[in-house]
Amino acid sequence: MKEELFISGRNIPNIDPILHVWHWPISVDLFFGGLAAGLLFFAALFYLLGKEKEYPSVVKLAPFVAPIGITIALICLFYDLTHKIYFWRLYMTFRLESPMSFGSWVLMFITPISFLWVFSYAREVFPKLNYKYEILITIEKFAIVNRRIMAILLLPLSVSLGIYTGILLSAFNARPLWNNAILGPLFLTSGLTTAAAVIIYFAKTAVERKLFNVILLGLIFLQIALISHMILGYYSGSEIQLEAVQLLMGGSFTFMFIGFVIVLGLIIPFILELFTYQGYKIPVIIPVLLILLGGIIFRFVMVDAGQISRYLY
Amino acid sequence: MRLAMVIDTKKCVGCSDCVVACQTENDVPIGYCRDWITETVNGTYPNLTLELRSERCNHCDNSPCVRCCPTGASHYGAGGAVIVTKNECIGCGACIESCPYDARYQHPDGYIDKCTFCHHRVSNGLLPACVSVCPTKCMYFGDLDNSHSEVSQLLRNRKYKTLAPEAGTKPQVTT
Repeated sequence: MKEELFISGRNIPNIDPILHVWHWPISVDLFFGGLAAGLLFFAALFYLLGKEKEYPSVVKLAPFVAPIGITIALICLFYDLTHKIYFWRLYMTFRLESPMSFGSWVLMFITPISFLWVFSYAREVFPKLNYKYEILITIEKFAIVNRRIMAILLLPLSVSLGIYTGILLSAFNARPLWNNAILGPLFLTSGLTTAAAVIIYFAKTAVERKLFNVILLGLIFLQIALISHMILGYYSGSEIQLEAVQLLMGGSFTFMFIGFVIVLGLIIPFILELFTYQGYKIPVIIPVLLILLGGIIFRFVMVDAGQISRYLY
Repeated sequence: MRLAMVIDTKKCVGCSDCVVACQTENDVPIGYCRDWITETVNGTYPNLTLELRSERCNHCDNSPCVRCCPTGASHYGAGGAVIVTKNECIGCGACIESCPYDARYQHPDGYIDKCTFCHHRVSNGLLPACVSVCPTKCMYFGDLDNSHSEVSQLLRNRKYKTLAPEAGTKPQVTT
């Protein structure tokens, strides 16, 4: 048996004894970023498939949440910077190797497009809306004419944004809990799941509800599969990964991870949606809220637990 | 030129002189440090061994902090030393998350700070502050590209290790 005792002479707040540089704004940013990405992806996809009239909530109504979500995400990101006065430096360079640089450029493009997208539908969704300024009508005309171009741009941008929320974490090989290739697709799937839940909440017609009920079932199933794959990946990994996974499986984050993320946020909504599919009357808000709650707690668990996992000491 | 540091853990007594010298030389704010002492005890009682190490940024050849920096504030300076440009740093904390040695910290002024291998001293022909004050002379600093330098000779003639080589960062501080 080998005993190793570490007596630290370090005195670095936020790092010792537990690294905690990224606080709640990062978790909130990742959640709203993923949600907005999912909503814009579905809106662009259904528009390009020519289903605008058949699925109005997907293309016109639900995307209104996206720019709000992106704005919250951006405010959170800015709030978390500690040297805010130099934030413009982000846009003085593009560094492909840095997920944060990549993500900030994606946000730079997707933010105005998301606003333009909902603006083009604003008067359709809210018929009482009346613009007093000519410039608003000009922008609206421009947005309506260019919907197809916006949708073509939104598809890759929304997927990039959704994946970025996971790759931001997985690129750090210093944090064994984050350092796995599943995290990008997993966060994208989670973002799409929360978006599908929001769309179901806004859905007006039975056709929309029926389709997104099936999409949601598929996405939850995929997410459970990806999480299982991630956990198995840790267990077949090196010692540092085995130590890291203990945080989720038998450590201080187990209750939150298993209880809130997997059971309450995925399995119960899956069962409820299955009942809905069978024709039982389940209040729409219950699975939707559970999925959103599971989604945000998932980000909190991954961001907080990942920072604790480390190589040394 | 490839700057590197070698710490002889057999000679280190853990006096923390290097820590204080660094804090004084670099105006490190109170409550923070760019270098530190670790003591690791290995074995099972009563067969124990103690290792004392003076640790700092490893100025890695494949630095994840340089890779992940979104603005380029973290970069390779002269001799491969990893340097942060204060007024390019936005304080996002990505470099802190990316460092397997946890060698960086958020300065109270907001930017990210770390060991610079005392580049302001080295460029004037001096040794880093920590090396110059070490009372047991257990710290060596020099150019790995020069086969006659003290560090090159030590690495040729002595057994050595780097910290967490499995992290793949190619650290340039050896013990």
